[in-house]
Amino acid sequence: MVMENGKILEVKDLAVSYKVYEGILKVLRNVSFYVLKGEKIGIIGESGCGKTTSMKSIMRILPTNALLEGGEIYYKGKNILKISKKEMTYLRRHSISMIFQDPSTALNPVFKIGPQIYDIVKYSSDRRLTKSEIHELAISYLKQAALPEPERILDSYPFQLSGGMKQRVNIAMSLASANDLLIADEPGTSLDVTIEDQIMRLLKSIVEEKHLSIILISHALGTVRGFVDRIYVMYAGTIVEYGPTKSIFSNPLHPYTRLLIESVPKLMGKKIPEGIPGVVPSYLNPPLGCRFSTRCPFKMDICEREMPQVYEAEDGHFVACHLFRKEGS
Amino acid sequence: MSTFKFVGKSLAYSIISLIGLSVLVFVLARVLPGNPARAALGPNAPPEAVQALMQQLHLNEPLYIQYWYWISGIFTGNWGLSLYTHRNVLLDVEQFFPATLELIIMAGIIDLLLAIPLGLLAGKMENTYVDNIIRVLTYIGIAIPSFVVAIFLQLIFGYGLHLFPIIGELSPGVTPPPRITGLYVIDGLLTGEFNVVVDAIWHLILPSFSLALGPLAQEARILRSAVVENKNSDFTLSEISHGLPDSIITTKYLLKPSLIPMITIYALDISSIIANAFLIEFIFNWPGISRYGLNAMLSKDLNGIIAVVMIAGVLFVIANTLVDVIIGYLDPRSREEVSD
Ligand SMILES: Nc1ncnc2c1ncn2[C@@H]1O[C@H](COP(=O)(O)OP(=O)(O)O)[C@@H](O)[C@H]1O
Ligand SMILES: [Mg+2]
Repeated sequence: MVMENGKILEVKDLAVSYKVYEGILKVLRNVSFYVLKGEKIGIIGESGCGKTTSMKSIMRILPTNALLEGGEIYYKGKNILKISKKEMTYLRRHSISMIFQDPSTALNPVFKIGPQIYDIVKYSSDRRLTKSEIHELAISYLKQAALPEPERILDSYPFQLSGGMKQRVNIAMSLASANDLLIADEPGTSLDVTIEDQIMRLLKSIVEEKHLSIILISHALGTVRGFVDRIYVMYAGTIVEYGPTKSIFSNPLHPYTRLLIESVPKLMGKKIPEGIPGVVPSYLNPPLGCRFSTRCPFKMDICEREMPQVYEAEDGHFVACHLFRKEGS
Repeated sequence: MSTFKFVGKSLAYSIISLIGLSVLVFVLARVLPGNPARAALGPNAPPEAVQALMQQLHLNEPLYIQYWYWISGIFTGNWGLSLYTHRNVLLDVEQFFPATLELIIMAGIIDLLLAIPLGLLAGKMENTYVDNIIRVLTYIGIAIPSFVVAIFLQLIFGYGLHLFPIIGELSPGVTPPPRITGLYVIDGLLTGEFNVVVDAIWHLILPSFSLALGPLAQEARILRSAVVENKNSDFTLSEISHGLPDSIITTKYLLKPSLIPMITIYALDISSIIANAFLIEFIFNWPGISRYGLNAMLSKDLNGIIAVVMIAGVLFVIANTLVDVIIGYLDPRSREEVSD
């Protein structure tokens, strides 16, 4: 297997739009990121900034009205946008897995958990398993996802389980096929804070135990802080900044990241955070230049005309902002 | 246990509906103007004879007593005298009803056999030419009334192409199988007379297809939109992202939830099949209960009218109960609601 610089996944200049009644939503533009083998990365951004769209592109499960307008997605050195359906299915069964944002819609409502997880276990195996082997494996995945009474879970319909339990079931299902890369799309957002905390700890222990790479998506910086090695900050369909978790927090560069960190409620703070003024621009007619220019307190003339390039500000810490333009470029 | 409870509850509702229907039909038939005894005996009968017949039919008693006589008769096999055939209505029903039942069952089967693959295919192939062709066909199917479909089918496949018979239940020269249920296909199968089975099915195809076309077109459209919706749902995307084969996702995980709205409509469509069967029987000269029902109405044959309406009601209730059970199987949440 060819792996460029130990990158298990590399997304390059991804551009995705959606066709809707009003026109074309130009959502993802120039989205590039990578994950090293065994690395944990986080992708952070407000709701609607294109995080889920990026992940669906990797899994090749974009909805029918999505238009893939450019970019490459290399997985273990192969462009998965070009490989055959069969090869893609192979990866989905044996290598990559995705946990969806909302556990209550990610399970089929009219089948018990049993048949759903059995089928996944069955097709994720290299060889033909017997019924009892499938059952045993399903039970062991449910146990690894810290679900009590796995037999009862198998015999339940999704609507008979709590949100947290459903998300654990989703995690259990992904254990069957995530042997290299796990994509967790806001796995705790729709749950109570305490449950979210448990889910995050569970994911962390699984990822570390199985030496998986993970892309952890969140709309809040705080969720990923103690978890991931590197962070990508997304705004309105573009990556605005990325770097090691420490540098992002100690030295946020992009005006959006700075506002994002300021708007995280601080326990000791006296002021109630105000959030970021303004709204995300419409994807129908997004700004020609920097997509944050409509809300940016440091906006310059060039910001409205040109999309900024990516500049390396410190070691491994990059920012896409005209403020950091190097002299002469 | 919960399934048993669910079916039981569904049955209980059916029985209550049937009792309600029987009271309604009975009262309606009795308050119609005109004197059935007079109608039966003709205008020249002496008043004493009319009085005697009214006495015999309990027509002078209060309505609830009449209802009691009638309903207890239903359960003891005495369905009252038909003023038109002059025999126990039950015998008439036994003679004419099986042909109608066979037609309705066949229509119900053709309906599902075509609606499900058409709807699933159109939904899977959303916005392709296959979807567009099915869309046009189903619009036509919904727009044309069943009796017009029947006449077209007769013209094309009967007179024109000579592929199907135009009238009747069996070809001339084919003797009906020994009567067990009265349904020729079933009786033929039970007695091993397979030539009769084939001939009976051949005769059933045009009339039952005429009945099924409208409902199946509507159901295919409803199934299509459910498939389109579920196809982009998180659970389907999740199934794809786990690498399940397309065939299993489509025929198992996508089909089952998508069937729920369609089957709900199916219960209503069965009632339109029952209603339209009356017209279709005339067009295909089908020896069913419709001609009997019409004559009963024209001759103000109370017992006959009540029997025909009640049979339609019972059929509808049975179809509804069946649909309830199917929905309960398809949708675990509906089962939960009932057993609470
Ligand atoms: N199927 C779709 N059709 C049209 N627009 C969509 C569709 N899916 C997502 N979008 C739009 O794309 C943008 C990005 O959505 P998404 O990727 O879900 O963002 P996030 O996961 O960051 O909240 C949003 O504005 C959303 O409305
Ligand atoms: Mg999302």
